[in-house]
Amino acid sequence: MRVPVSWLRDFAPFGDEVEVLVANLDDLGLVVEGVEHVGAGLDAVVVARVLEIAAIAGADRIRRVVVDDGAGPVEVVCGAWNFQVGDLVPLAPVGAVLPGGFEISRRRMKGVDSFGMLCSAKELGLSEDHAGILVVGDNGPVGSDEPRPGMALTEALGIEADVVLDVAVEANRPDAWCMAGIARDLAARLKLPFALPEPPGETGDAGGAGGTRAARAEELTSVELVDPDLCPRFTARVVTELQVAPAPGWVARRLMLAGMRPVNSVVDASNYVMLELGQPTHPYDLDRLAGAGLRVRAARRGEEVVTLDAVRRVLGMRSVGPGDDLRDCVICDAEDMPVGIAGVMGGKSSEITGSTTRVLLEAAYFAPMAIARTSKRLALRTEASARFERGVDPEGIDRAALRFIELLGAVDGTAPVQAAGAIDSRGELPSPIRVILRVGRVGSLLGCPLSKAEIRSCLEPIGFHCEDAGEDALGVEVPSFRPDTSREVDVVEEVARHVGYSNLGKRRPSSPQVGRLSPYQRERRVTRDVMAGMGAYEVWTSSLLAPRDHEHAGIGGASIEVGNPLSPEESILRRSLLPGMMKALGYNVERRQGDLRLFEVGRVFPFPERARVQRAIARGSESVVDEREMLGMVLAMPDDDARSAAAAWGALAGTLGITGVSLLASDTAGRPAGLHPSRSAFIIRQDGTKRASVVAGDLAGSSGVVGDVAGSSGVVGVVGEVDPDVLEAFGISGGSRRVGWLEVDLERLLACERRSPLAKPVSRFPSSDVDLAFDVPDAVSAAEVHSVISRAAGPLLEACWLFDVYRDAARHRGSRSLAYRLRFSAADRTLTDSEVGEIRQRCVDAAERELGLRLRG
Amino acid sequence: MTSASAGGVPDIASLVSEAKRRVSSCSTLAELASSEAALLGKRSPLSEASRMLGSLGQDERRRVGRLVQEARRDIESALAERMEVLHAAERAAKLVEDHLDLSEAVLQVASPGPGHGPLARGRLHLVQRTRDELEDVFVGMGFVVAEGPEVETDWFNFEALNIPPAHPARGMWDTFYLDLGERESVLLRTHTSPVQIRLMREQEPPVYAVMPGRCYRRDTPDARHLPTFHQIEGLVVDRSISFADLAGTIEAFTAAYFGEDVHSRLRPAYFPFTEPSAEFEVTCTICKGGGCRTCSHTGWVELGGCGMVDPAVFEFVGIDPESWSGFAFGFGIDRCALMRHEIPDLRILLDNDARFLSQV
Ligand SMILES: [Zn+2]
Repeated sequence: MRVPVSWLRDFAPFGDEVEVLVANLDDLGLVVEGVEHVGAGLDAVVVARVLEIAAIAGADRIRRVVVDDGAGPVEVVCGAWNFQVGDLVPLAPVGAVLPGGFEISRRRMKGVDSFGMLCSAKELGLSEDHAGILVVGDNGPVGSDEPRPGMALTEALGIEADVVLDVAVEANRPDAWCMAGIARDLAARLKLPFALPEPPGETGDAGGAGGTRAARAEELTSVELVDPDLCPRFTARVVTELQVAPAPGWVARRLMLAGMRPVNSVVDASNYVMLELGQPTHPYDLDRLAGAGLRVRAARRGEEVVTLDAVRRVLGMRSVGPGDDLRDCVICDAEDMPVGIAGVMGGKSSEITGSTTRVLLEAAYFAPMAIARTSKRLALRTEASARFERGVDPEGIDRAALRFIELLGAVDGTAPVQAAGAIDSRGELPSPIRVILRVGRVGSLLGCPLSKAEIRSCLEPIGFHCEDAGEDALGVEVPSFRPDTSREVDVVEEVARHVGYSNLGKRRPSSPQVGRLSPYQRERRVTRDVMAGMGAYEVWTSSLLAPRDHEHAGIGGASIEVGNPLSPEESILRRSLLPGMMKALGYNVERRQGDLRLFEVGRVFPFPERARVQRAIARGSESVVDEREMLGMVLAMPDDDARSAAAAWGALAGTLGITGVSLLASDTAGRPAGLHPSRSAFIIRQDGTKRASVVAGDLAGSSGVVGDVAGSSGVVGVVGEVDPDVLEAFGISGGSRRVGWLEVDLERLLACERRSPLAKPVSRFPSSDVDLAFDVPDAVSAAEVHSVISRAAGPLLEACWLFDVYRDAARHRGSRSLAYRLRFSAADRTLTDSEVGEIRQRCVDAAERELGLRLRG
Repeated sequence: MTSASAGGVPDIASLVSEAKRRVSSCSTLAELASSEAALLGKRSPLSEASRMLGSLGQDERRRVGRLVQEARRDIESALAERMEVLHAAERAAKLVEDHLDLSEAVLQVASPGPGHGPLARGRLHLVQRTRDELEDVFVGMGFVVAEGPEVETDWFNFEALNIPPAHPARGMWDTFYLDLGERESVLLRTHTSPVQIRLMREQEPPVYAVMPGRCYRRDTPDARHLPTFHQIEGLVVDRSISFADLAGTIEAFTAAYFGEDVHSRLRPAYFPFTEPSAEFEVTCTICKGGGCRTCSHTGWVELGGCGMVDPAVFEFVGIDPESWSGFAFGFGIDRCALMRHEIPDLRILLDNDARFLSQV
């Protein structure tokens, strides 16, 4: 909110040091986001009268304007169209420096010389208005101060140097969303006296001419409050014998400083009151209201009203959340036709015009939640709705209405008459709140003991009346303008704010527990370190994808959709890390820096069962989606392929000591989504709970996405090479390029069987090696051979490595030679040749018996 | 001058000087080895002379014998000396031959291309590393690290945090809703606060926990905001926890993470789930509090929000606010990383450009 300091001074004698004001507002939580000095640097700007406006050949946006600056005609080129011959406008002559530091010089545009500039209010630093040139009021009353050509603009506008603060008001402080409210808080803080000027009273003869008795409001109009739950208080006052005119200069000026554009005396008075006191009001042209009265009720579904901005609005049509009863509050005329959306925006049909002579002024308190829903439903947020939905002061209504009438009376040359009394219809208003504040509680919550007197000195200046309520307590009456405050803790916050947060002290609580990461969290870090150790950069890819990203990555089936995405590119939740990481790789390939390895640890989102969603919505502890945290690794160094992915997997499993897993090649089961059909495998648990053949059966008809299938099968991940078609879809083809891929469900991986943590003694006697090479058909995996010979070797086996793979396509189709080295040792002796020979024979026999393998000749 | 001896005994002195000449003319170790054999071996003149000693008279034998022994020692030491010199020369020559420019290797590891990969270590992501560091700071202060789902229900993300439907405060969080369940009942969490609710529902106090994780807001990306971002929140619930404990915890964390010369301050703010609520600011890390453009010349940079847990929230999770009190705080991990590494535009995080990933 833009807050002119001069306006604040209406309520308390604030000093000139802006820094002090700013620092104290900040400390109160009314954060000053900008400080603007206005009215400074306007010395050279004068009032000039427009004498002539002419088109410039070949230019359709600028015109040649001749003005009289008091000393004679001056020619300027101007791009604004909002003024006419005869208007008074601000002229900055050549050499003038405007508040922004812009120096006016002689310019030539489209062959026309310009000897100055006509200025908008924004260019003059007077307001944010840059829609057109500031037209200086010209049709006001005749007087010695009438603006005339040559007069300094500051004199013509009565501008005094002022400071405008841009104050951010938090959503819970409707009371501070006006000049008086900010002044109240700030004055209390600075220990200055604060007073709200009393407007004249209710009597109807305030503006009356010659003492004739004014009509009573209820004789001129009527109000029927049909739905008081939507509108707990509605007041109407009537002003007659009105002439709509420009508002007084000081009113217009303050509105402009506060960022509003003056319109006419009636609308400006309403806006002025709102800015000053925080109470929105709405003036109706009484003569344009059918039946000269109002009805306040819930709109019927589908009912329409054309609002002041000339937009046709349909009411009560779209739920904006649970508990929404779709009841929008409307104001209707006495014939029940809607003439405005209560608390949001008035209607076009009863708008104040130049010929309005009788005004009905609405000042009301609408139910905050009702206004919030209506505003959200219509996507229409106004100065009024923003205030009503936060809660205005139900007791401040009369003051605001009377202030409005007082402002109307301040327009020179008019003599409006206020009808006596007011129509005041009420439902159930929020009841006054009295809070018992325990002095000890204030101290223990703030960590800073405060005396009763100290607490009172914080609360009373901001309108919280306190009285003793026992030895250790105060009875605190919460003022009606503080709807945010209803509990003890809310009052404690007020005390804290006025003591000052920085005066409350700092202390550190001592945790009774030892801080540590969970085993999962520790091992997740180890996992990331292993990945980085293998040369991979950690990335962060978006959880939101385009539907075609899944398609391109070979991922079928349903994904969770975002109902209100920012763009279709980010409209579904990822079910695998593959698409995002392919995009990241593609980005780098495109920049000729695609020789790299990447990894990511992040969540994927399998589509949930309906029942699960319902349980979660019913506040169950289970999450809505069985989110899985995945590790994804893409290997795209020049020699990388499925083999390097498998090696990376081996290194990871080795570091973590994972033993209870095995690979299930993709041709025996379904295939991992997006991976090369003959160079990929599922990584499955091998802890005896499920046989591989059963897992294979489960996978056969599945999507092949780890996150989808891991729950029901024994799958913990996939490893292999990215399908060439997928690479191509992501622009990573490059001919024969191969890219390795590893994706593992981290939580399930870390739950797999682990190597025993017990240390195994190392033999001090020499070990013996035996090398065995077999011809192995492709249908038999290296892992099977490894496990058969390891088992046959028995307890003296220290280690068994696959040390050579040799494929001689010419001699052996469909098979290859696998060479294993077995190292034997005993803890208590050196093994004899015959012992080792015996074991060797056992291994050879087992390989032949169980796998039909023969030693390579 | 030693006298020449009669009777076929060679002139020992000239033998020695001849031998020394030969030794010093050797230029390789191999040459030296053959010279050694020739000068001291069985067929050498000196061995010859030794063998002839038997034919001499007793006195003469003793005298010549001593001379021969001395000569042998002299030659041996000349050989050893020469050996040392040749060894040094040979080593020097080999070293020259072995010359390696190590910067080649360093540069090759850092360059893309075949054969250089395996030695180059990758890198943890800037944001993840920041998260790790923040976790470590809080673990050191006795906190545990809790995590929760990114897809949440309206109840956990808003209602239980004292933000009823259509409440104006909801405008503070632009929300992505998911097409699951009833309209606008399931969403992508807008903050990590629902983890607080889950934690308090499942665990009896005391609670000392931080909750890092990914959050989502429907904001158009700009230099300082991304629709997907990372947040860390803290929650403490214990007997007689006060606002001063909150201020002290924030101060301790800022000093531990940003450095001892970085301080914090709180100022009033509004959040529906805390009361009193505050925003916390830390010393601008760029100007160290002196004032600069980044901090709008205030010396302070806003980092996050915090406050005492609102009793209404306690009631939603079944904790008695008269017996327990607590505080919560939250801030952006990305923002911390941005501050510490002076990253001008957060959007660079979305590209995963190798030039960026390898740099920070
Ligand atoms: Zn700074």
